Amino acid sequence: MQNIDFSLVDWSRAQFALTAMYHWLFVPLTLGLSFIIAFMETLYVRTGDPEWKRITKYWMTIFGINFAIGVATGIILEFEFGTNWSNYSWFVGDIFGAPLAIEGIMAFFLESTFIAVMFFGWNKVSKKFHLLSTWLVAFGSNLSALWILVANGWMQYPAGMKFNPDTARNEMVNFWEVLFSPVAINKFLHTISSGYVLASVFVIGISAWYLLKNREHQFAKRSIVIAAVFGLITSAFVILTGDGSARNMAKYQPMKFAAMENLYVGQQNAPLVAIGILKADEQELAHKKQDFRFTIEIPNMLSYMAFLDPNAYVPGIKDLVHGNPEHHIISYQERSEKGKIAIQSLAAYKNARKAGNDSVAKTALASFEANYANFGYGYYAGRDVHELIPSVATTFYSFRIMVGLGIHFGALFLVVLLLTLKNKIEKKRFILYTALWSIPLAYIASELGWVVAEAGRQPWVIQDILPTIAAVSQISSASVQITFWMFFLLFTGLLIAEIRIMTTQIRKGPEPLTPEAKNSPKTLITKKSSHD
Amino acid sequence: MTEIFTHSLLQHYWWIIVSLLGAILVFLMFVQGGQTLIYSLGKTDEERTLLINLLGRKWEFTFTTLVTFGGAFFASFPLFYSTSFGGAYWVWMLILFAFIVQAVSYEYRSKAGNFLGKRTYETFLLANGILAPVLIGTAVATFFTGSQFSVNFMNITRLTGDKMPVISEWTGPAHGLEAALNPHNLLLGLTVFFLARVLALLYFMNRLNHPVMMERIKKQLLINAIPFVMFFLGFTIWTLLSSGFAVNPQTGVISLESFKYLHNLLQMPVVAILFILGVALVLIGIIRPLTCFEKCSTKGIWGAGIGTILTVFSLFLLAGFNDTAYYPSTFDLQSSLTITNSSSSSYTLTVMSYVSLLVPFVIAYIWVAWRSIDNKKIDSIELENESHVY
Repeated sequence: MQNIDFSLVDWSRAQFALTAMYHWLFVPLTLGLSFIIAFMETLYVRTGDPEWKRITKYWMTIFGINFAIGVATGIILEFEFGTNWSNYSWFVGDIFGAPLAIEGIMAFFLESTFIAVMFFGWNKVSKKFHLLSTWLVAFGSNLSALWILVANGWMQYPAGMKFNPDTARNEMVNFWEVLFSPVAINKFLHTISSGYVLASVFVIGISAWYLLKNREHQFAKRSIVIAAVFGLITSAFVILTGDGSARNMAKYQPMKFAAMENLYVGQQNAPLVAIGILKADEQELAHKKQDFRFTIEIPNMLSYMAFLDPNAYVPGIKDLVHGNPEHHIISYQERSEKGKIAIQSLAAYKNARKAGNDSVAKTALASFEANYANFGYGYYAGRDVHELIPSVATTFYSFRIMVGLGIHFGALFLVVLLLTLKNKIEKKRFILYTALWSIPLAYIASELGWVVAEAGRQPWVIQDILPTIAAVSQISSASVQITFWMFFLLFTGLLIAEIRIMTTQIRKGPEPLTPEAKNSPKTLITKKSSHD
Repeated sequence: MTEIFTHSLLQHYWWIIVSLLGAILVFLMFVQGGQTLIYSLGKTDEERTLLINLLGRKWEFTFTTLVTFGGAFFASFPLFYSTSFGGAYWVWMLILFAFIVQAVSYEYRSKAGNFLGKRTYETFLLANGILAPVLIGTAVATFFTGSQFSVNFMNITRLTGDKMPVISEWTGPAHGLEAALNPHNLLLGLTVFFLARVLALLYFMNRLNHPVMMERIKKQLLINAIPFVMFFLGFTIWTLLSSGFAVNPQTGVISLESFKYLHNLLQMPVVAILFILGVALVLIGIIRPLTCFEKCSTKGIWGAGIGTILTVFSLFLLAGFNDTAYYPSTFDLQSSLTITNSSSSSYTLTVMSYVSLLVPFVIAYIWVAWRSIDNKKIDSIELENESHVY
């Protein structure tokens, strides 16, 4: 394996992680806020109350600021598959490219067409057409998330394809298996609902700030009610789909699961470590074994979480690396040998085909097919198989912080909703401060979810089939370093601009009601009722 | 045999779709062209704001078309995606940077607290307006002039030795920048650049209600039309007289053929008609507003726009149809990409063909939405009453 340029692999990964994480700073708010705006505008159209229009327009401005930078960071990801992961683009392009193309045709045009109506159509189209446009923007953004997450889900659990030795790539044989793969669907639902939670926290946090500043009471309380209801419902959905993610992971990516739980030796009736602090074992560092300094455990819970059975056996890192015949787990050593046979048989097949030797080609192909399930492990033949273990600490802590924060958001939604409905929220300054400070926490939770999903599946680009070391483009590591820093500087600059524009906009507050609107009968009625 | 026929049909169908998307992209780059004209047309801040708002309502379509063009190319011809993007790394990266800075500039330019200042965002728009057309133009020109790379599927089985297991390898360290320095490629880059400016001027004529700026627009039209025509003629003549990359349909062997693109034009009369019609429409679209401004100035964009789409579309067909390698390698002729050897499987192309049936529907709703918000010309008074201003 002297032929692998690890510096290139690492910088390519760093660049992808950087662009993906920057992109993900903006996407969840777009996903959720688009729906929250659509609810608000629906209320405006149904009640005719100009205050709702004002609320809608205010959040729409915030949406626009956030949307632009989401678009800017998003284009990079699509092209980076080609620029930095060229082998990957060919090896699975037959399957992976289709969702990207469909995303463009079905979702992006929907989004960009109706966003123009949403922003510029207030005085030009009918109320109903405008409302429809707002809903279509929400629908379009979420639809684009569907296709890219289907693609990501497929990388975690490749389905619906067959390897074609003549073209040296995987080819799609069943589109529906790709689209409706349990991992893909679950991933889509978990990701978008987490975006809804983030957007709800965002709206509540900003509204809380207005209340703390004794401004815009009606605006803030209305926004809080909408966001808290939305957040509460979607939090339940996040828990449900999160549970599904864990089960999928235990089934299809057992190493990610074991690393996330720091389960070194597999066991039946495995407990779940609810809270724990890791202690790296100096002597065992090479084997990535880590003990706990401290834990709070829930008995049997891990077995139940993984397989819905408290007695189920959950394999540990050691079992997966060294094999466990009792539970029919073959060792990484063996898998890498089988993978090597697969790779060499592919070469033998191609050579035989070139030479016109059909019988040799047939034998080689049979040997290739028998070992293809371990193809990616072949690139690790002759290396230390412990390199195939993802970072335990990263996934372990990321997962726990994400879940802990998720519970916090659920509780926050419930509390602010009840307090607002009882008209006591203004007096609870501690809760208002908590809501405000929950905004950065929502972003942390959201990013950490991706850290678990992506750092946890290392070294795989495509689970078991293609490792990152065999997926990169042949560029100099220096070039990738330069573009990494260019992206870093540019995105950071734009992020600062975005945050500053947004905070300026928030300080400014929503546009005041026009004099006509103030005196409209609808406003007077709602004003009266809000004082009751 | 029927299966092969179907696959070939699908490959041709998808080359048509990709070509059409590429052609629409070039037309929509009038947004980029407009961005380079902001200072020469707008002398006051108010005038510039007016122009930027006119362009700002369309930039997302150019952007979305670029993304869709990339996605469709990836899905239908993934070997191009992996070879060109990973190989001509620097050209594509520069194009990407140019688009990142564009995406935020409209929204952030006039907002309070925008950190970098109005002027910076206007410079971003200018950078995007220059780099995007020139670099995309030169990148497309390599479809005719070739690049230095090799493709070998067997590379993925490299477990030993000193080379990475990478299928597509670019030779030479410039990673695509060399293409931008080739004069033949640069001719197309400059053609697209001046075309984008011409289209922008015609778009302004159609949408702007501002007599003072209209005078400047009229003057600029001729100034930009002349270099556009010169560069276009230069590129076209050079290409038609050059050798091209022919594929033997039986063996798949690629060879250089003298006057290949001229032959393609003559052997595909439909393409020839589209090409001539396209060029004629562009010229009419430019000349009519110059000769009868009062009546014709609003219509120029339609003639030139449709003409641009037809011309670029036929250029793509010249590069990919009639047994031609559309992404030739001058380093290793047999590594050249053709629509046959670089495409997705028959199954994938079929699935996507069903999806492509949505395209007319997409075009229809874009039309309806645009009509609803673009029903009259824009002026400063309208902008004052607008709640969302760039």
